[in-house]
Amino acid sequence: MFPGPTSHVETVDFVFLYIVGISVILLLGITAVMIYFVFKFNRKKGHKPKDIHGSILLETIWIAIPTVLVLSMFYFGYIGYEELRDIPDDAMQVEVIARMWEWDFRYENGKVTKELYVPLSKPIKLVMESVDVNHSFYIPAFRIKEDVIAGKKNVLGFTPSRIGEYDVACAEYCGLQHSMMYTKVIVMPEREFEEWYANTEETAVEPENK
Amino acid sequence: MANGTIAANGKTFYEEGTTKAKTGLTAWIFSTDHKRIGLMYLSAISIFFSAAVIIALLMRLELIAPGKTIMEPQTYNSLFTLHGVIMIFLFIIPGIPAVFGNFFLPLQIGAKDVSFPRLNLLSFWIYIIGAFLVLLSLALPGGPIDTGWTFYIPYSVRSGTNISLAIFAAFVLGFSSILTGLNFITTVHRLRAPGMSWFKMPLFVWATYATAWIQIIATPVIGITILLVIIERFFGVGIFDPALGGDPILYQHLFWIYSHPAVYIMILPAMGVVSEIIPTFARRTIFGYRAIAMSSLAIAFVGYLVWAHHMFTSGISDAARIIFSLLTFIVALPSGVKVFNWVATMYKGSIDPKPPFLWVMSFIVLFSIGGLTGLVLGSLATDIHLHDTYFVVAHFHYVMFGGTGTIFFAALYYWFPKMFGRLYNTKLANIGVALFFIAFNLLYFPKFILGYMGMPRRYYDYLSEFTSLQLISTIGSWVMAIALIIVIGNIVHGIFRGPKSTSNPWGGVTLEWHTSSPPPLENFHEIPTVTHEPYDFSQLEEMKNE
Repeated sequence: MFPGPTSHVETVDFVFLYIVGISVILLLGITAVMIYFVFKFNRKKGHKPKDIHGSILLETIWIAIPTVLVLSMFYFGYIGYEELRDIPDDAMQVEVIARMWEWDFRYENGKVTKELYVPLSKPIKLVMESVDVNHSFYIPAFRIKEDVIAGKKNVLGFTPSRIGEYDVACAEYCGLQHSMMYTKVIVMPEREFEEWYANTEETAVEPENK
Repeated sequence: MANGTIAANGKTFYEEGTTKAKTGLTAWIFSTDHKRIGLMYLSAISIFFSAAVIIALLMRLELIAPGKTIMEPQTYNSLFTLHGVIMIFLFIIPGIPAVFGNFFLPLQIGAKDVSFPRLNLLSFWIYIIGAFLVLLSLALPGGPIDTGWTFYIPYSVRSGTNISLAIFAAFVLGFSSILTGLNFITTVHRLRAPGMSWFKMPLFVWATYATAWIQIIATPVIGITILLVIIERFFGVGIFDPALGGDPILYQHLFWIYSHPAVYIMILPAMGVVSEIIPTFARRTIFGYRAIAMSSLAIAFVGYLVWAHHMFTSGISDAARIIFSLLTFIVALPSGVKVFNWVATMYKGSIDPKPPFLWVMSFIVLFSIGGLTGLVLGSLATDIHLHDTYFVVAHFHYVMFGGTGTIFFAALYYWFPKMFGRLYNTKLANIGVALFFIAFNLLYFPKFILGYMGMPRRYYDYLSEFTSLQLISTIGSWVMAIALIIVIGNIVHGIFRGPKSTSNPWGGVTLEWHTSSPPPLENFHEIPTVTHEPYDFSQLEEMKNE
């Protein structure tokens, strides 16, 4: 697995490849058998068809094996999800406010920004709320999203493990400029972040409606 | 077979109707004959399907490159909403039951008509009124709806477009669906021919029967939800809108409590058609008849219990997410059973891969891709990433268009000689299936990759990194347009100019093949007595004398 910008990325990619791997085998198997039968038992060959009403053994097998397979898929998906929801108590909390069609980020020291700045390797806890319609906070590079809804505080956590800038998209349809509701999450080295965080003058932006 | 002779004058249902008027429009629009009603649905549905396809082509053209290509964002938002509303409520939900269920359910059980023929005509008219209301919502001031077919609140409370009228149309259409369901259930219980026990029913009847139960049990939920939204919009009562103290998540629950079972309303009848076509062209009995019949009921039942997998990122509790993920995986199993049984039915058959069979082969591949990618979405870790992205768009187009849409064509190509007494061009039909399959994958497969790369759905504009895959998808839409012209053109040409068909060109043995093509007004010259299992091809010899 390739190391991603958060450790969770590897988890999600593993679950994805696990399910897709099994699926590809099943799909190719079904398709190959079907095509083989169409040639092998073609009417042109003049076989006399044989009525086979079923087979308890076969039918049990192809209920039992898929049951085991899907339960394993469920299990890996569940474990990966638990990892996502396991947000440490000492995580740095940032409030996310969504409105048509922009994001505000409020830090514990009162700083407010239009882009999300976070330090490397520190667990982050986003507490998110919308002031109008439904939105969804989505960082594709981190493989995470959670809807942002009015009157409800939804939570999303992650721990960045690579410095860089990553796109944040809105994934829940919210009207005219839904597709332009992009911002960025900027992962900084811890010291750089501390400096930036301490400077409350420079990048602070007042939200317009509040 | 002596249950009284009826309609022995040799006239087809085209030549003899139920109305006073013998010919002309009124002989059709006031006809209570289930076959004429089925054909009227077919005409109406074809128009709506074509309209929604044209809308889709326009959307794909807009998405050929980032930024504005041919339309403004508001137009785009209205178009994807209309595409969804038309395809879901006017094409795919009524689709196979209204057209082929109406035409073939009574034929397959050896009945003269459905239990309530006048109610059946009423269903059709309610459908037309609902469709008219949808069209009206486009024309009135306020403008075409722009909320997406899901009408999520609060956006749908705030949008200034004609939401109330459009959702009222969905409310009206719901009644059509409920009444059709009621009619089919009664028909299956009361009007089976002598000797047709439950386990001698063709599997299309089983599938339509299971679907009908979902129609009458689930549809009222969307009806109530729609009324609540209308009350909220007109009287400002806080039910769903948080600005009025309501709960937007409650709306999503209610919406999906209907709309997820509705997914099975869309796919189950298609599965039934597959179970008809494979035995006929393999000329042997279906493998695992009872498993297929029971899996329809299992899907109909478990399908009620998985709705919240549409809401894994909505902020519902972790426990709810985990339970619904588990149930979602469980509902995949009966569908798997069906696919395995269908392929097994080809074993030791005598397979003649005529166009309907080729459609079914195409279906098995496309539907399997759709079903298997559903597992990726049922799994929590991956769904959190892929929810509301192009991956979901690709998944449900593989299931709905690759599944139900493909089988709509399969059914049309299978029952065409029975419905119209003519044949289409076989060579052109084969080309149509092949081109459809290629176009389909070109059009939708790139969306899986786009989704995993993080392209959200319902986007008018997109980041430049998505351009090349979007372009491939748009090119696919053009190939799809050509394929559809061939597929539909062949049918239309066949209806008017096709060579006359014999009454049983494929060698089918279910009851609809025991009567002439097209059938007489009350279906059978003599009500048949059922002595064979539904897919017992040993009766082909005796059928030659019928």
